[in-house]
Amino acid sequence: MNMRAIYAIYRQEMARTRRTLLQSIVSPVISTALYFVVFGAAIGSRMQEIDGVAYGTFIVPGLIMLSLLTQSISNAAFGIYFPKFMGTIYELLAAPISYVEIVVAFVGAAATKATILGLIILATAFLFVPLRIEHPFVMLVFMVLTAVTFSLFGFIIGIWADNFEKLQLVPLLIVTPLTFLGGSFYSIDMLPPFWRTVTLFNPVVYLVSGFRWSFFGQSDVNVVVSLGMTFVFLLACLGIVAWIFRTGYRLKT
Amino acid sequence: MPAMQPIISVTGVSKRYATGFEALKSVDLDIAEGEIFALLGPNGAGKTTLISIICGIVNKSTGTITVGGHDNVAEYRQARALIGLVPQELTTDMWESVWDTVSYSRGLFGLRPDPAHLEKVLRDLSLWEKKDDKIMTLSGGMKRRVLIAKALSHEPRVLFLDEPTAGVDVELRRDMWEMVRGLKADGVTIVLTTHYIEEAEEMADRVGVISGGEIILVEEKAELMRKLGRKELAIQLKEPLSAVPGTLAEYGLDLSKDGHTLTYAYDTQAERTGITRLLRDLDTAGLRLRDLDTRQSTLEDIFVNLVGNGR
Repeated sequence: MNMRAIYAIYRQEMARTRRTLLQSIVSPVISTALYFVVFGAAIGSRMQEIDGVAYGTFIVPGLIMLSLLTQSISNAAFGIYFPKFMGTIYELLAAPISYVEIVVAFVGAAATKATILGLIILATAFLFVPLRIEHPFVMLVFMVLTAVTFSLFGFIIGIWADNFEKLQLVPLLIVTPLTFLGGSFYSIDMLPPFWRTVTLFNPVVYLVSGFRWSFFGQSDVNVVVSLGMTFVFLLACLGIVAWIFRTGYRLKT
Repeated sequence: MPAMQPIISVTGVSKRYATGFEALKSVDLDIAEGEIFALLGPNGAGKTTLISIICGIVNKSTGTITVGGHDNVAEYRQARALIGLVPQELTTDMWESVWDTVSYSRGLFGLRPDPAHLEKVLRDLSLWEKKDDKIMTLSGGMKRRVLIAKALSHEPRVLFLDEPTAGVDVELRRDMWEMVRGLKADGVTIVLTTHYIEEAEEMADRVGVISGGEIILVEEKAELMRKLGRKELAIQLKEPLSAVPGTLAEYGLDLSKDGHTLTYAYDTQAERTGITRLLRDLDTAGLRLRDLDTRQSTLEDIFVNLVGNGR
């Protein structure tokens, strides 16, 4: 392992976050705070409890998941897309580093950022709603696992995208709808049976549900199933990344 | 340059892109340790493709490459560790400082930080004053220097300079040549691509000419310079000829298609150029002259000729 190379890339990526602090940290925190104000305080006060949890509290895990997903994806996608776009990727390809090391560095940095952000949003949530975390360790596991999985996913998008539009396309057209329809703001038990079945094909449901379990000890889907599904996505992303590097897809001609 | 184990050995390397375009056709090339090798060729000849393949940026279709005895695919770590690459395009980060980007490059090669070495590299390239500046604030010439500094940050044994002086001002060009000489003195092997022939003349120990994806000539520069010594005398005739008269056969004259011009090639370094005798013989043959014109055949001519035939 070329640990110094991993560290060099990781540090460069983290430096990028510091340079873009406003965009990377402040703006997601503000937008999440707005959700708390609107859904938690304004609308939530008129909503009944879900499974014995006040609505404002109920949406906390979903909101954190929402930021975690979008930030993991955009951080990792941008991280690898930008060197491609600028041409500086030549340096990565010509350096004595393996693909595994490149992935570890970029995905590690993106997942770190997303996890930090998730924790900041969690801290913000405490300011707005009463909150208890039943299984803090499981919560952290879900957070990190999700951050890593979707950073991998973002890395794939960043390699696939050959223009800025495509870079935005997947997060905008697929990930955001899936997250909103993934039970971030409601329990899927509230849906009619048909849509409930449809929803079970949405991977985000398992993430949100499992994450919510770690907070409240109850969930739509069994937590073991949730964890299992998260691992399946993780493995799927790893498989695609492995294929990309084996073939040099969009990296080497 | 025989006897020594070549530091880079390219054997039967070809590259066919997915589009079907054949960028390289079975290239063989050995680069000796410590030499300065200039790869000449017109745009699109395959210079950058060849360099990119050696450095690991582009996959080759066939063939093998060793760098310092290490296969550049199977032992890519050892092979790449020896190489520094200065790309043709000004591809740099924008918001990073010069110091950070150079440190990053060294880190990528797995080397422990060495501020003293980086300082020397930056000072040699007149970049030390700019070390805390963001790259985006630098001029094009300065960015070029940054790219060189990045390539030298990990103390490579072979330095690839891809079109180092394209669009570069005179001062930087001079600095660059100075630097290349310094590196050579330290035993670094240098491979540069260029389509400026003066550059090859000025710098190189050996010159390779690539055209249409094939290496069509590899020669010591001294040998090429001998060819440079040739001069041509163009003799314009009043009346066109259909063939060179037999009495003038010994001069090896070239007759133009329209029959109006005879061309005589001679060696200016030679004891006798044969011009006086030729003129006398022309007169004897009854040919009347309209004009005389001499011109030096340059490396450029040789090059254009070679490349022309290569197509």
